[in-house]
Order: sequence, then structure tokens, then C-alpha cells
Amino acid sequence: MRKWKYISPLVALGLWQLLAMVGVLGRTPSPVDVAEGFYDLIVTGLPPGYYLQWHLLASLERVLVGFAFALVLAVPLGILMGWSRGFDTVMDPLVEVVRPVPPLAWLPLAVIWFGIGIFSAAFMIFLGAFFPILLNTITGVKSVDPHLVEAARTLGARRRAILLRVLTPGAMPSIITGVRIGIGIGWMTLVAAEMTGVKSGYGLGYLILTARDIARYDIVVAGMVVIGVVGFLMDRLVKYAEKRLLGWM
Amino acid sequence: MDVGENGGPVVELRSLSKSFTEKKTGRELEVLDHLDMEVRQGRFTCVVGPTGCGKTTLLRLIGGLEVPSSGEVRFEGRPVTGPGPQRGMVFQEYALFPWRTAVRNVTFGLSLKGIPHKEARALADEYLETVGLTGHEDLYPRELSGGMKQRVAIARTLAALPRILLMDEPFASLDAQTRNGMQEFLVDLWRRTGTSIVFVTHLVDEAVFMGQEIVGLSRRPARVVRTFENNLPYPRSRTGAEFTELRARILEYLAVEMSE
Ligand SMILES: Nc1ncnc2c1ncn2[C@@H]1O[C@H](COP(=O)(O)OP(=O)(O)OP(=O)(O)O)[C@@H](O)[C@H]1O
Ligand SMILES: [Mg+2]
Repeated sequence: MRKWKYISPLVALGLWQLLAMVGVLGRTPSPVDVAEGFYDLIVTGLPPGYYLQWHLLASLERVLVGFAFALVLAVPLGILMGWSRGFDTVMDPLVEVVRPVPPLAWLPLAVIWFGIGIFSAAFMIFLGAFFPILLNTITGVKSVDPHLVEAARTLGARRRAILLRVLTPGAMPSIITGVRIGIGIGWMTLVAAEMTGVKSGYGLGYLILTARDIARYDIVVAGMVVIGVVGFLMDRLVKYAEKRLLGWM
Repeated sequence: MDVGENGGPVVELRSLSKSFTEKKTGRELEVLDHLDMEVRQGRFTCVVGPTGCGKTTLLRLIGGLEVPSSGEVRFEGRPVTGPGPQRGMVFQEYALFPWRTAVRNVTFGLSLKGIPHKEARALADEYLETVGLTGHEDLYPRELSGGMKQRVAIARTLAALPRILLMDEPFASLDAQTRNGMQEFLVDLWRRTGTSIVFVTHLVDEAVFMGQEIVGLSRRPARVVRTFENNLPYPRSRTGAEFTELRARILEYLAVEMSE
């Protein structure tokens, strides 16, 4: 049964190649073209000397920085908001007004704050990942069985222990869901951010843009494939962490 | 005050009233009505009363999880202001931390006290042995049966060294056979440790099997209608003539109280 999951990409690939060979795709590259694009990217680079792996590393670094900030800020804030009704009431309007603003709309401000470079790109990721993690953490804390909090209090737990040893682990399933969504959105946001202006010579979004400018559509698609595969792998990684962390469920 | 002396009052409820405001209607719901009660040191006290009369509320007030509307809750002579490990609670829903294994549920309270990890673990193993769960230390709550979960919950509470155990229908969701076993286990545990116990139940049988004192509550708003002494020697038989007679007497009394 397991091998069936490879069937849909393979069929799509075959069909795609077939259509290209029949000649109905026009300038759209075929899978073989894309493979050649990959080869060029790895061997020659685009622009020459700027290899695929460096573009990839640059993007990953931005994601990591932005995502780390999102995690470190959103989880504690979400736990406090889920725990304290008063704090939630105060913070909620602010969160709800900032949340609908697409990360890219912040780009001009990000550039005047952080300049062009890793931090403005990381800021985009941060914005993309922050809210899913925050909202899921809040939901997670609110869904912790109040009996557990009471049991902890009768065992001598004070505020700090309630927050750290009851609400945080209790909210963990939901926090991880938030992380999964957040990292996915962050990744998508990054590529878009690199395409719109946060150019520093490297990055998958920047790569696609450069390839478009010189009409190398095979490389455009190669870049898209890398983005897709890396996104998929990151999701797998979170899933793996989830399994390790939530073995008790 | 004869605090600590065996037989002296460890919990005193003085003219204790509690009402809740119903969320939907905004009406006041009187649950306890000027209730007076004493729990004596080292005794096994059972509280019986009809469904919804306020038994849980009474126990939560002693535990410090609720605040009285009026009147007083005293523990060892001092007013109760909040929950604390000296008053251990065992809930009907077990309330085990699902992300902690059996042994780590027990170490929860120990590590709060600053007991180092290794020592806490050794102590927790002892408590799990006390409740007969050796060999199941590393299982998660979802892997335990109802009776086992409740034993873990009891071990966890005992490990905090409470001076009184407050138990709210802890065996209610167990099947009859397991429940009987747990009652025997609890009586045995109590006789070994000598902790005061307040045990809430709506089963008169259960109360007569375990309790030295059986406090009968009225319908809501609850008052104490009568306290029965039960001096039958332990271990008790469930079928003896005296057992049946006392049980019948309490049932009858409660039935009269209910119909009025
Ligand atoms: N926090 C609360 N807010 C509003 N009403 C409450 C609250 N807690 C309890 N009550 C009400 O108080 C009454 C007594 O509840 P309590 O749980 O103390 O009864 P009980 O004797 O334990 O019942 P049972 O036999 O079902 O366990 C019930 O009508 C219940 O709905
Ligand atoms: Mg109850």
C-alpha cells in the first residue's frame, strides 16, 4: 500500500513530459528541461557562481531565524493570554487587528528598520509564523482540563508551576499544530518576500526572479521544485518532533 | 485547641453557606445552607447525600478550591484560604497529568518541594508500591485501567504528605468488583497510615463498609441531617447482620429525609 503514494507524482511527471513532447506546452519546460536546469544550477549557478545549495542555505537561514523568534515570542505570550482572561482581553484587539495584515505589507517598514538583508526577510517569516503559533497556543491552554490545574494546586503548585508544568505541556499538542502551520506559512512568505525585494544575491525566491529575467523557465521550475520539496521535508521534521514529544497521547 | 491530638477536630465547618450564580439565568443557587460539621483527627468520615445536593462543593470548600459565601472553614484551627498539599484531594475524574507516566505523576508534588530528581523517583516508587502498582511505573495514564488510574492518583496525593485526604466519589466510575477491591484497599491504607479521610459518596453501602462516621446531608441546599457512628470492627463484612442493619437504618433515615 505504501508504494501507492508515489503514484500521483510519477503519473503527473509522465503526463507532463508527454505533453511537452507532443508540443502543446509552448515555452513551459518539460521535466527533462527542468532536470537540465538543476544540473546548470548546481554546476554553474545562477548568476554564475551562485550555486543552488547557497540559495537554499540563505533561504533556510532566514527561515530559521524568523521562525525561532516567532516560537520564542508566540508561545510564552500565548500561554499568558490563554491563562489570564484579563491579559487576553487587553491583548486580543491588538492581535486581531495586526493579524490580518499580510506579512508582505510590512516589507517597506521592514526595510527601513532592518535594511535589506537577512533580518528583513526573517521578519517576514516571523510575521507569517507568529500568529498561527500564538492562536494555537492560546486555544491549547484554554483546552487544558481545569481539573488538572486544580489537582496541581492541591499538590502545592503555585503560578509558575501551573504555567510551566501544567498549562505548557497540556497545550503542547495544539502548540505543535501551530508550529506546523506557522512554519509552512513562514516558508511561503519567505519566498514571496525574496521575490519582492529582499534581495541580497541569494535565496530561492531571488533565484526564481533572476531566472525569469533571463527567460530560463527550466530554472524557474527547478526553484519551485526545491521550494516544494524543502517545505515537505520541514513538515516531516515537525511531524517527527510531534511523535517524539506527544508519545503520551 | 486540641489540634493534632487523635480524635480532636481537624476540620471545622461553621455555619457554612455557599451559593453560585447561575450563568444563564443569573439566579442565585443555594448549595450549602448554614452547614455545621466537624471532622475528627485520624477518623474515616464518609459523607452521603442525594445527587446534586452539594457534596462536591462541600469537599472543594474544605480543599480551598471554593470560597465560602458565608461562614467558616477551618483546618487545624486556622481558616482555609486556598488549596495546599496538607489537604490532599482525590477527584472522581482522576485528574492525572496525561503527559506524565505513573511515576512522574507521583513525583509532580515532590519536585515542587525541591526534592532532587533521583530521590523523588525513589520515593514515588515507594508510594506506587504502597498502592500496589509496582511494575506499572512507566505507563502513561491512557495505558492504565480506571482502578489503576485512581491508585496512581491516590499515590500522587499521598506523596505530598497530606494531613487529611479529601476524596470525591473516587470509585464512582469503576465497576462494582473493582470498586469493592478499592474500598478494601483504601481501608487497609488508612489503617496503615492513620491519615484523616473525608470520603464523599452517594452509595450508603460504600459509606457503611468504610466509614467510622457517616454524615448524612439533606437535599440542596445541604445541611447535615444526622451523623451516624459506625463502630463495626475492621475488616468489615458486607453481609453481616450488623452491617445490613446499619445500612438499612441509614437508608431509611435518608428516605424519610428525602420525602419531607
Ligand atoms: N461553579 C458552579 N457554578 C454554578 N453552579 C454550580 C457550580 N458548582 C456546582 N454547582 C451547582 O451546585 C449544585 C451542587 O453541586 P455539587 O457538585 O456540589 O453536588 P454533588 O452532591 O456533588 O452532586 P453529585 O452527586 O452529582 O456529585 C448543583 O446543582 C450544581 O449544578
Ligand atoms: Mg459530586
